[in-house]
Amino acid sequence: MKLGYRVEIDPSGKDSPWWVTVMAVVLAFGLVAVFILVTGKNPVTVYTKMLGGAFATPFGLTETLVKAIPLMLCGLGVSLAYRIQVWNIGAEGQFLAGAMAATAVTIYLPGQPAWISLPVMLLAGLAAGGLWGLFTALPKVFFNVNELIISLMLNYIAILGLNYVVFGPWKDPKGFNFPGTPPFTDAQTLPAFGDTRLHFGLILALVAVVLAAVAVKYTRWGYELRLIGANPEAARHAGINIRRHVIFVMLLSGGLAGLAGMAEVSGVAHRLLYGISPGYGYTAIIVAWIARLNPFGIVVSAVLFGGLIAGGYSVQTLGLPSSISSLLQGSVLFFLIAGSILGKVRLRRTV
Amino acid sequence: MDDTLSVELRGLVKQFGTVLANDHVDFAVRQGEIHALLGENGAGKSTVMCMLSGVYRPTSGEIYLHGQLAKIHSPKDAMRLKVGMVFQNFRLVPTLTAAENIVLGESRPIWRTKGWMAKKTAEIEALATRFGLGFPAGRAIWQLSVGEQQRVEIVKTLYRGADLIILDEPTSVLTPGEADQLFETLRRLRDEGKTVILTTHKLKEVMAVADRISVMRKGKMLATLDKSATDEREVARLMVGQDRKEPRPRQNRPGGETLLWIKDLVVIGDHGRHALDQFSLKVKVGEIVGIAGVAGNGQKELAEVLAGLRSWKTGTITFRDHLWKGASVRHSIESGISHVPENRMKSGLAGSLGSVDNLLVKSYRSSERSKLGFLKTGKNRLWSQNLVEQFDVKTAHIDAPVHQMSGGNQQKLLFAREIHQRPHLMVAVHPTQGLDVGATDGVHNLLMALRDEGKSVLLISEDLDELLLLSDRTVVLFGGRAMGEVTHETADREQLGMMMAGVSASGESL
Repeated sequence: MKLGYRVEIDPSGKDSPWWVTVMAVVLAFGLVAVFILVTGKNPVTVYTKMLGGAFATPFGLTETLVKAIPLMLCGLGVSLAYRIQVWNIGAEGQFLAGAMAATAVTIYLPGQPAWISLPVMLLAGLAAGGLWGLFTALPKVFFNVNELIISLMLNYIAILGLNYVVFGPWKDPKGFNFPGTPPFTDAQTLPAFGDTRLHFGLILALVAVVLAAVAVKYTRWGYELRLIGANPEAARHAGINIRRHVIFVMLLSGGLAGLAGMAEVSGVAHRLLYGISPGYGYTAIIVAWIARLNPFGIVVSAVLFGGLIAGGYSVQTLGLPSSISSLLQGSVLFFLIAGSILGKVRLRRTV
Repeated sequence: MDDTLSVELRGLVKQFGTVLANDHVDFAVRQGEIHALLGENGAGKSTVMCMLSGVYRPTSGEIYLHGQLAKIHSPKDAMRLKVGMVFQNFRLVPTLTAAENIVLGESRPIWRTKGWMAKKTAEIEALATRFGLGFPAGRAIWQLSVGEQQRVEIVKTLYRGADLIILDEPTSVLTPGEADQLFETLRRLRDEGKTVILTTHKLKEVMAVADRISVMRKGKMLATLDKSATDEREVARLMVGQDRKEPRPRQNRPGGETLLWIKDLVVIGDHGRHALDQFSLKVKVGEIVGIAGVAGNGQKELAEVLAGLRSWKTGTITFRDHLWKGASVRHSIESGISHVPENRMKSGLAGSLGSVDNLLVKSYRSSERSKLGFLKTGKNRLWSQNLVEQFDVKTAHIDAPVHQMSGGNQQKLLFAREIHQRPHLMVAVHPTQGLDVGATDGVHNLLMALRDEGKSVLLISEDLDELLLLSDRTVVLFGGRAMGEVTHETADREQLGMMMAGVSASGESL
C-alpha cells in the first residue's frame, strides 16, 4: 500500500469548536485587507480607524450600540426559527412591516399621550412583524412551501410597500418632496439615554434576550424546540405538534423583527424613511450564526456587527466607501460556513 | 468448465465490518432458466445479487460468467458483461420520460435532436413489444404506475444488451395482478433465451414461476432444488431452518383479562393500499405476543397505529376497556403504551442531544418533571443519572450526545425511558436489530422482566429465534392479515415459515 494521506468526511463530526468562529473573523479581516491594499490604502490604518470609529469615542460607541439594537432583536428572532430548522430569511421584511405599522399608529392615531401611543406603537410593530412571519409559516405548514423562498419574497413586498407609503399617502407635505413621513412628536418617540442617540430600545432588546435565554433553556417549550431541532421525527414520536411550533415560532420570530422596526422609527429616525433599514434583517442572519443561536452570544455578535456598520461610516473620511463593512460581513459568513463544513473533514494517514 | 452455466459463483464471501453477509456462497444458474433465490430478510440474497451486478465487490471468491472468470468491479463492468439488474427501488428519474430514462447514460451522440430521440423511442418500443412489455415510452416516469415503471427498468436492461437479468424482490411493490403479468414477462424472456434470477421470500411465487430454486439462510447457500422435485413444505423448512431453542422459562401464565383488542382494523399505508386488512388481534395482560412476518406486510403500520402516529380507516381498537376515538400520540403515551421504534436513531432518540434530554422525551410533560411550564432541571438531572446507572447505560457523561454511544447502550437508554413510563403495553419493533449477542440478551431480559411484572409486550420482529424464545403466542402477518398463530408450546418453525411465505396452516395460499 502507498503511504500518504487521505481525506475523509466524518459525518458524526461535532459542532465546530469556538475558535473556528474567531478564525473566521480573523480570516475575513485578512481577506478584506487584500482589497484595501488594492485600493492603495494601508489596511492597518483603515482597521484602526474603523475600530476607533466604532468603539473608541463615546459617540462611536453609542452609534455602535444604536446599530446593535435592531441586529440583536432581528438576530434573536431568526435564531429562534433556526433552532427548529425553519430558515427564516425574512427578518428584513418583518422589520419593515413593524416599522410601517408603528408609523401607521402615528398617522392614524395622532395626538395621543406617550403612555398610549408608545405601547400601541410597540404592539402594532410586534403584531405586524408577527403577521409577516405568519405569512411565511402558514404556506410552509399547510402546503409544504419552502420558507426560504416565501420569506425572501415577502421582503420585497415589504420594501415596495414601504416605498409606496413614503412616496405616496404618508409623505410629509412639508418635507420638500423628501420620501419620508412627518416627524414623530415627542410622545411618539422612545426615550433616549441623556442627549445621546442611544434609546430605550436597548432595554427592550436586552429584556428580550434574557427572556429568550430562559425560555430556551429552562421551559418545556424550549425543550420541545430543542427536540424538534435535533430530530423532528423523534419529536413526532413524543407527540409534539410540530406545525403548531412552526407557526408560533415564526410569529415570535417575525414579532421580534417587527419590534426592531418599531424601535428604529420611534427611537432613531423619528419618522419612516425610504431605505430605513441598511439591511439589518440580512445582517441579523450572520449575527445569529456567529453566535450559534445562543441568545447571549447574539448580544456580543450584534455589538460586533453594529461596530462594523458604524466603523464603516468612519472610514469614509479616508476616501473608502462604507461598503467595506458589507464586504467584511460577507467574508465573515463565508469563512464561518466554510469552517463548519471543513470541521467535518478529517485528514488521515493511510497505512 | 461447464458452459451451459450462465453464472457460477464459487466461495463468494462478503464482509461488512464485522458482519459476514455472505459466507462462502456457491451458486450456479443455467443458461435460459428462471432461477429463484429464496430466503428471509437478511439472509444475504441481495448482497449476492449486488456483487453480481457490480454494486459491491466480493471480499473473496470468484464469479464465472459463461465459464469465464469475470472481474465485475462496477455496474458498468456488469453491463459490459451483459448482466442487468432491476433493483427493488427503481433507479429512474421521475421527471424524464420512459425513453429518456432508458437512453440515459448513453455516451453518444452529444446532440440529441428530436429525430434521434424519435428513432430511439421507436427502437425501444419495438424491443418492448418483442418481450410483451408494453408501456407509454413518451410519458414521464412519475405518470406511470409502479408496474409500468418496473417494465421500464426491465427494458432498460434489455436495451443495454443484458442476457442475464437479475430482479431483486420484484413483486414486493406490485399488486397481485401486476405480479402475474410480470411472471408472464419473465417466462417470455426465458423463452427468448435470456436467463433470469429473482430474489423473493414468497413461496407461492417461487412455485409459480421458477425452474430451479436456491435457498439461503444467514449468509449461507443451503441448497439448489428443481421445482419439479420439491414442494412448498421442503422449501419452507430450508428457509427457516430446523434448529430450535428452548423458550425462556416463564414464571406465570398470562391472565385471562384482555388488555388490547383490535378488531377488523383496516389501515392505509404510505403506498396508498391496505397495509392492514381486516386485522384482528387480542393481547392479554401479562403476555408477550410476537408478530412475525417479512418486512412490509403491515408490521410497521400496526406499530404506528398503536403509538398514535397513524390513523385507521375502519375497525375498532379497545385498550384497557376504552374504545379509541382516533390516533393521538399523547393519548397513546398517557394511556400507557410505550413504543420502541424500529430505527432507534431515526425516530427514537435525538442523536445530538444528551442522555437527559433523551430520557425526558416521553415524560417531560408530567408534574414530576416540570411545573408551570418550567422543567425541574436539577431534579431531572438526578433522575437521569439514576436511570442511566440503573439500566447500566455506558456513557461518558449524561450530557454527552447520544450518537457517541454504542448501539447497545442507545437501546438501553431507550428502554430505560420507555420502561420508566410504567407502560401497560410495550410495542417493541425489531428491538435487537444491529445489537451484539450480549446486548441482545440484555434486551430479552428486560422484555421478560416486563412480562413477569404483569405487563404486556407486542414484539414485532423478523427474527424467528427471538420470537420463539420470548413470545407466549406468535401471530404471523402476511399481506396485512393474520395468517395464523402458534403458541410457544406448539411453536413449529416450519409452519411459521410457511405462513410467513403466504401459505396458511390449512395449506391454502393467499
